[in-house]
Amino acid sequence: MNWRGRFDEHSIWWRVAADFLRSRIAIAGLTVLALVALAAIAAPWITPQNPYDLMQLDVLDARLKPGTPSSAAGYTYWLGTDGQGRDLYSAIVYGLRISLLVGIGSAAIAAVLGTGIGLLAAYAGGKVDAALMRLVDLLLSFPTILMALMILAYVGKGVGNVVLTLVLLEWAYYARTARGQALVETRRDYVEAARGQGIPPWRILSGHILPNCLPPLLVIGALQIARAITLEATLSFLGLGVPITEPSLGLLISNGYQYLLSNEYWISFFPGVALLATIVAINLVGDQMRDVLNPRLQR
Amino acid sequence: MSTAQTHVEEVPTLELRDLQTRFHTRDGVLPVVDGVSFTLARGKVLGLVGESGSGKSVTGFSIMGLVDPPGRVEGGQVLFQGRDLLQLSNAERRALRGDRIAMIFQDPMATLNPVLRIDTQMIETVQAHRSVSTATARKQAADTLALMGLSNAEERLRAYPHQLSGGMRQRVAIAIALLHGPDLIIADEPTTALDVTIQAQILSEMQKLVAARGTALIWISHDLSVVAGLADEIAVMYAGRIVEHGTVDQVLDNPQHPYTQGLIGSLPSANSRTQRRGARLRQIPGMAPNLLQMPAGCAFAPRCARASAACTTMPEMTAPLSDEPGHRARCFHPGPVAVERE
Repeated sequence: MNWRGRFDEHSIWWRVAADFLRSRIAIAGLTVLALVALAAIAAPWITPQNPYDLMQLDVLDARLKPGTPSSAAGYTYWLGTDGQGRDLYSAIVYGLRISLLVGIGSAAIAAVLGTGIGLLAAYAGGKVDAALMRLVDLLLSFPTILMALMILAYVGKGVGNVVLTLVLLEWAYYARTARGQALVETRRDYVEAARGQGIPPWRILSGHILPNCLPPLLVIGALQIARAITLEATLSFLGLGVPITEPSLGLLISNGYQYLLSNEYWISFFPGVALLATIVAINLVGDQMRDVLNPRLQR
Repeated sequence: MSTAQTHVEEVPTLELRDLQTRFHTRDGVLPVVDGVSFTLARGKVLGLVGESGSGKSVTGFSIMGLVDPPGRVEGGQVLFQGRDLLQLSNAERRALRGDRIAMIFQDPMATLNPVLRIDTQMIETVQAHRSVSTATARKQAADTLALMGLSNAEERLRAYPHQLSGGMRQRVAIAIALLHGPDLIIADEPTTALDVTIQAQILSEMQKLVAARGTALIWISHDLSVVAGLADEIAVMYAGRIVEHGTVDQVLDNPQHPYTQGLIGSLPSANSRTQRRGARLRQIPGMAPNLLQMPAGCAFAPRCARASAACTTMPEMTAPLSDEPGHRARCFHPGPVAVERE
């Protein structure tokens, strides 16, 4: 038995990563996602124009076809321009920033909040558990868009408020999953053993039960990022999301919508493609994560 | 000579007095542990023997304070070094668990957390009871692993449970129990899941460690042959009660309770001399009683060839042999093995 030098690469997460990369379609999804994320991060350096800076916009260049050279600035609008003369390529890359920020930000905050509440419910049990889970049921039983519109109508527009709204809507998914998983894990022998070693309850919860609950939560997290991005796009499309001066993908689609019938398809089409590619990539990654992390599908 | 009464002056490590643990289920109240009493001196090994459902594991969990609802310890005393554990607060009991009293569980795969490395789990247990640096705790973990006969302790510490074999995992689990040098270890069939050869190794190592440190050990098992080689005393449990208690020699060589005799008779090795090859093993007729519908009096009476009208009242633990006061049985008709009527 030669165990030497083989230990660290046998960590559970290392195996998960290796399993993950077995699917070509998941690698494709991951690649697209990486490109999208890189583009969003590097936006100021890879775009000819800052679409949020009204000084850089030329109204005379409004609604130009893809591939038209700009009249003054000396670059080509490869994806055309919108009604205010915004370069759509620049607008899409900057819009990805907003969309990813809102998606990842809200999913991360909701995950931490929801997981905490779910674990608390599972650990406390009894009335606390019942109260929290009825609240979760209540939240999940409302149509999401309706709830989002109600909350946004109350708190107002803006990126921060959209994130807040999404967090309020989505923590319940994590809470329900975390509670269910924690209830299963609490009955495992290693929890009994940890109690037998005199480890304090909160340490058992955070150090022993939580790590074993993570796989399903990570899968939900990945899929919720996609959901949050879609929801933000929907809200912006409906005019309740981010402000017009900082267009997200949804808002760009919404802006181009009125020109669709006059054959100026590109204003909605290209942001739509970008949104679609991002969502599909995230879902591919999320699906593969679910397959890899699901113990019932393993080997 | 080696009876329990000779050490009266010393405070025993553990003394159970009339322990009552009941489970409140939808169908009714189950008296899973019903009046268990025994005394265990420092450095002694008690084999707690019985079939599944006899209450032997729940007795162990009751001592640890790990009985989960719907179960509840509802009566009696658990005196650990003279202190009644049932009177302590949850925090006080937790401070004792893993430090002065440790438990080893049956399934070594399930008792180690699958996503945490061995060092994480061991260091945590050290630091749950001592405020020492992680480096010191790690050193202590490595030393204890080496004590349990694991070579390359440093490498084992960096391993995840799934990288270790069953025997190694159980050694790690035992090492975790030994980390603080406890005064009492409760081992709940810890070698049942292992190969016989590994089982023998671990048993002999446990025996040496316990003897060297003066640790009292309760070895819960359904396997009389394991207990025979390991324990000083044997307590046989049936339907939540101890039915026979004595030294290993007393109980195994001269069993007084018909149930103990049935258990010993059902062992293949005990029969090998008298039975032809291919002959059927002897078995105890009938089934263990349903705890919801316990017969009045002796719980074994319905399966017992010696049962009489007297057995409808509960027999007390008595010493049937005048020269062996420490050898006690709960039976109205104690005596040596009856002549077989076949």
